[in-house]
Parts: sequence; structure tokens; C-alpha cells
Amino acid sequence: MSALAERGPASKLGSRWTNWRRGLYRFRQSWLSVIGLAIVVLLLFAAVAGPWIVPYPEHVTGGINTGMRFRPPSWAFPFGTNELGQDVFSLVVAGTRVSLLAGLAVVVVAALIGTAIGAIAGYRGGWIDDALMRFTDLMLTLPSLILAMAIAAALGPGIPNMVFAISMSWWPGFARLVRGEVMAKKEEVYVQAARAIGAGTTRIIVRHILPNIVSPVIVKMSLDMGFAILTVASLGFVGIGVKPPTPEWGSLLSLARGYLPDYWWTAIFPGCAIFLAVFGFNLLGDGLRDVMDPRARR
Amino acid sequence: MLEIRGLSKHYPGRRGSKGVDALKDVSLSITKRESFGLVGESGSGKTTLTRCVLGLEPPTAGSIIFDGVDLASLSPAAMRAMRARIQIVFQDPYASLNPRMTAHDIVAEPMIVHRDTLRLDRRQRSDRVVELLDLVGLGEQHLHRFPHEFSGGQRQRIGIARALSVNPELLVLDEPTSALDVSVQAQVLNLLHALQERLHLTYLFISHDLGVIRYVCDRVALIYRGEIVEQGPAGDIFDRPGSDYGRMLIAAMPEPDPDRSPFRTPA
Repeated sequence: MSALAERGPASKLGSRWTNWRRGLYRFRQSWLSVIGLAIVVLLLFAAVAGPWIVPYPEHVTGGINTGMRFRPPSWAFPFGTNELGQDVFSLVVAGTRVSLLAGLAVVVVAALIGTAIGAIAGYRGGWIDDALMRFTDLMLTLPSLILAMAIAAALGPGIPNMVFAISMSWWPGFARLVRGEVMAKKEEVYVQAARAIGAGTTRIIVRHILPNIVSPVIVKMSLDMGFAILTVASLGFVGIGVKPPTPEWGSLLSLARGYLPDYWWTAIFPGCAIFLAVFGFNLLGDGLRDVMDPRARR
Repeated sequence: MLEIRGLSKHYPGRRGSKGVDALKDVSLSITKRESFGLVGESGSGKTTLTRCVLGLEPPTAGSIIFDGVDLASLSPAAMRAMRARIQIVFQDPYASLNPRMTAHDIVAEPMIVHRDTLRLDRRQRSDRVVELLDLVGLGEQHLHRFPHEFSGGQRQRIGIARALSVNPELLVLDEPTSALDVSVQAQVLNLLHALQERLHLTYLFISHDLGVIRYVCDRVALIYRGEIVEQGPAGDIFDRPGSDYGRMLIAAMPEPDPDRSPFRTPA
């Protein structure tokens, strides 16, 4: 009797719908998460609609206007113009797409590699675990930006190479997270039950363990998204990754560097965009963690 | 049907400690279509024994012979097929069902794993899931619900349906009612009893609850610290326990007759 009462079936009762609503409520409790969500929605809108809603779409595709160089912010040019007479607002908004896509690709690829390696290490244990985790540690010790630069330098610039390069230094975090979660979940009775049925290792991992650890992985993906965007921008800044005229926040910042003291608006606004993205995804990630992984709350 | 001969299981301790002998030279034999009760307190080796029978744990010594075949001699593939014939219902229905799978998927999974022997396609499996849920007293409306939407008793019924889905001959019941409310316990026990009649099952019923064992089992073994201290027909053990441990256990049993209860104050 008492065991039943302690377990509290009431907390497990209720449909998925009420759970979802409870999650939404918890999310709304924190106004920072809501701000994060708003920022992310705004960025997604800019990424999807960017090239069509900007005031000067010709500047996005490389058009220049030498008569309008270095105009300060005004009604016509909300963020001013750069050394080529291009509207900085248009470039920043249009740059959202590349930054978000590259950031998302990095996080997704890193999560896939990390989950695969972490799941095998955590489930098999023993020397396989040792070997995989030492390899993971090794990757973790490599400075990520340098590694990314080396890979980009070896494979040449371009978005796919850049994504690959950053992902290579990004997956160890996911591998460690997933390994720990898998080690905890593989002792669950329902996993033993699957083993007693005669289910194979692949089936147990894919059907019984992974579905029960998606929450922390999604939370980490959201938290990492901001940093991934920052890393993409860093590589753009040092000239690896996206090539002009494709607008990208990091490369915009890099081009503006030389004119910073006099024409501050050319650098400040791309910088603000990067800041906003990192900030927004972090707030959203924190909010998601509160909803999906309540044990990890402060 | 199931012969356990001289089964021992030793868990090595960490450096410096001696480790634990969870089972010491246990021998049992269970005949077809009987309910065999295994009674013991926490840590007595009940669970280790079931894990060995299910092949989840390799025994240190001794053999487990099921239907004339030594389980240790089976190839991994043959052992997989054998798992369909020996199934288990777990103690805790809150932990033994995957929270991310629907009742349908939970009950259908063993049939997918054993599709080579059962040869059922997707439609046939789904039909059989409905049949099985009906058999354990659940309905079609429960098919696509998740475990957290069920009560403890209903979850245990799903656990029973899962175990039955592959037509097992031996069902290991690892304290199937001890996590349930008393009123629900009786319902689940009645269900198990009816299923045994209907499906000609053999039960290995593990419990620390003597009342439950007495109600369900034909023969009983008492296990204490990894050793069988007594075994025999249920009536004999409950009426004339032969060992000190048996006498102690029986004496500790609550008295079902209210007139003889120690809590009854004379009017």
C-alpha cells in the first residue's frame, strides 16, 4: 500500500495532452524562456523570409551602390551602409539564413555522431566503452576552432566543409551526455524485459533506450545552437567558410573591422545579430530544459 | 518440465571482499501445468534464480534443464528461440513497461522479435494484440494509450499480455502482485489462475507473501540465503512445516480468521 502511495500514480496519470499543457505552463512561468522563444521565432522568420522582405534585395546578391558609401543609419538605411554602399540591414537580415542553417547542421550532425558513439559506449561498456571514450576525450582536448580551421584549410572553404569541420569538434559533448544517459537507462526494468523477450542489442538501443533519452539531447541541441552559430561566425570572421557575396554575420563583421572607429554601424549590427542569436537559443534551451528535464533545474 | 540441478551463483566482490554466494546448490523440479511457489525474504536469491532461468545471468555451477534441454548447451540463436517458451511477468508494473511505447506496441514487440517462429504479419499481430488484451481484461480502447495512462493493475495486465503473446509454456511470475493494491492483487491473482487453466501454463511463482502463495500454488519451496530449506506440497508446508525457518515463516503469517486475530479485543 505505502509503496504505491509513495510512487504516486497520480503524478503519472493524466493524458499526454495534460502533460503537454503542464509543460507549456512551466515554460511560460519563466519570462526569460518566452523572450528566448520570441527571439528564435524572429530569427526563424528572418531566415525563411529574409531575401524577400529586405528593403534592398539587390545588395544581398552582391549589388553595390558606390554613391551611397558609409551612410549612417537613417530611415532609408536603418543600419546604415557599408564601404560598397550596401544596406547593412538587408545584409544582416539575409545573413540569418546561412548562420541558422549552418548552426543547425552543426548541431544535428554532432548530435547524430555523438549519440551513436555515446550509445554504443554506454550500452556495451567494458573495453569498447574505454576505447570510445578515450577517443572522445582526445577529440575534446583538441581546440575546436583550430581543428575546424585545419579541416577547412585542408578541404577548402565552403559551407558543407565548414559544417563538417565544426561538427568534428562538437560531437564529444553529445557522446558524453548520451553515454551517461544510456548507462542509467539500460538498468531499467523495461530494458531487462526486452532482453528477457530475446530482443537484440540494436532493437533494445533503438526502441527502448534512445526514445527515453531524447529530452536531454534536444535540450543540449538547443543550448548548443547559439554557440554553434557563434563558431560559424568566428570561422566567417577569419575568412574560412562562407565566401562573399553570400552575406554571413561573421564575414560582415570581418569586412567592417577596418572601418570600425569611424563607421561603427557596419560592425555593430552584425555583432548584435550574433549576440541576439546566441542569447535567444540559450534562453530557449534553458526553458526547454525546465520543461523536458525537470530534474536538472537549478 | 523445468529441472534445476545444483545451481550456484557467485557474484565476485570487488578487490578485498569475498563476494556473495547468491545461490548455493539449488535443486528444484517443476512439473508441467503446476504452480510452483518459491518463497523467500529479500536477498534470499529468488530474483537471481529467475534471472538464471531466463538466461539473463549465467550460473556459476549447475544446470537448468527445460523440457529435456540444458539451457547452457544452447547456441545463442537457439537460446533466443527458447526465450519464447519461458516468459516472465515482472514485479513492478511501473518500471517494466517502456514509457514511450503504447500498449499495442508493448504487447506486439515479442511477436516481432520472434517472428521467425510465430510467422505473423503486421495485421495478424495487431489482431492478436486485441485478443490478448481481451484475454487479460482490457479492451480495444486501451490499444494506443501509453503506460502512464493506466492504473497499476491495468499495467500488470499489459505485462501479462506481453508475456503471453509468444505462447510460452512456462511463466515466471516475479512477485507479480506485490506492487499492487490489495483489492487489485486479488483480481490479478484470479486472472492468473484463469489463464493457467485456459492456456495450460506452468507457473514459477515467486513471492514473499505467504497468503498469495498458499492461494495460488500446488507445491512450494522455501529459500533462505541462497539455499532451499524445504520443499513439498503447499498443504504440507503450511500445515506441518518441517524446517525451523518454515515454522518461523508460518508463525509470522497473519491469521485469516478474524476471531483468532491478535488485534481483536474481547467484547
